Amino acid sequence: MRRIVTVILSTITTLVLLFSYHTSTDSATVAGGPVRQLPAASGSNPPSGSSKSGSSTSKSGSAAASSATFTGGVADTRWGPVQVQITVQSGKITASRAVQYPQNNGRDAEINGFALPVLDQEVVQQQSAGIDSVSGATVTSDGYLQSLQSAIDQAHL
Amino acid sequence: MGMPISIHIRGEDAESPAVARVVEEAFDLLREADRLFSTYQQDSEVSRIRRGELDPAQADLLVQQVAVACQRAGELTQGAFTDVLPDDDGVLRFDPTGLVKGWAADRAAGRLADLPAASFCLNAGGDVVVGGTIGEANGGPGPPWRVGIEDPRDRSRIAEVVELHHGGVATSGTAARGAHLYDPATGTFVDRTGSVTVVGPSLMWADVWATALFVGPPSLPRRFSEVADGYRVISL
Repeated sequence: MRRIVTVILSTITTLVLLFSYHTSTDSATVAGGPVRQLPAASGSNPPSGSSKSGSSTSKSGSAAASSATFTGGVADTRWGPVQVQITVQSGKITASRAVQYPQNNGRDAEINGFALPVLDQEVVQQQSAGIDSVSGATVTSDGYLQSLQSAIDQAHL
Repeated sequence: MGMPISIHIRGEDAESPAVARVVEEAFDLLREADRLFSTYQQDSEVSRIRRGELDPAQADLLVQQVAVACQRAGELTQGAFTDVLPDDDGVLRFDPTGLVKGWAADRAAGRLADLPAASFCLNAGGDVVVGGTIGEANGGPGPPWRVGIEDPRDRSRIAEVVELHHGGVATSGTAARGAHLYDPATGTFVDRTGSVTVVGPSLMWADVWATALFVGPPSLPRRFSEVADGYRVISL
């Protein structure tokens, strides 16, 4: 049963950035930009251990019971490079965090302090609710998603 | 701001080179749309029209096709949708962006729908189109795609879930980008809270209606129910 589900739901996800809008506060592209660990205390506190009720997500994969971390590729956003790491437990994302993000101008503080933690929670909730896609007001998260997606791809979720 | 567009394929051959090729072709269609319609790339046809350098009648047929759709959208929504928007300097110019995203996503989805025994979900910056034929050869549809509707008051929450096999889900609101939705009736950008989601066969029309209903007058939902057959609204 589980194997059948796995075969049917074998998935690929690809993502590109399009319709690039102009930016006003960019400090150009940050090639080989700063790498820094996001302080553990910076906001998000992702809900621990995905509290899903009953219905599990549709993607089963070859879920190892233990947890593992996967780090996505570096995505160039309008703010600079963003790189995301996810923690996977029993085939589900239980946490995500930015391991690299821009910090070159005042605007970055806003982005790092607000956007990333919010997105962290979204990601965790999205997974725990077994949702395939999210419709909402137009996303501004650019490369964050790309980087996250590559982490997800590595995890074969 | 860039727009993330993701394509998600389900099917036994999802990881085959043949599928990867079709996905790449779908992305090519999206890139083509970006080249023609971007208001930020200075050499796009739309940018040239905006600067008065290109006569719309001489533009690419796809641009003309979109312009016609924009006109139709304006009529159907009684003017709540418009392709004439103020630019950074407040000058009103041709700007089909509000329709192009859905149009381009539908077009790419048309290519993905050619995939045998696969189903797809394309998310263009928060607007979603799904389709495909997975499982239909075996006598029944595969599992539906579950599309979460973001709670506009708390974007870390999912307010509702829509399940569908085919069609589009578009949401308009100010939660992500602030007041960026333009109300042609008042000439101002709308700053209300909440969001409007429209679900229906075409993402382009779902998106047009979501925007129109968000900015439009109280009488517009009635018009919507009269002319937008097969579409439904979720207001949050």
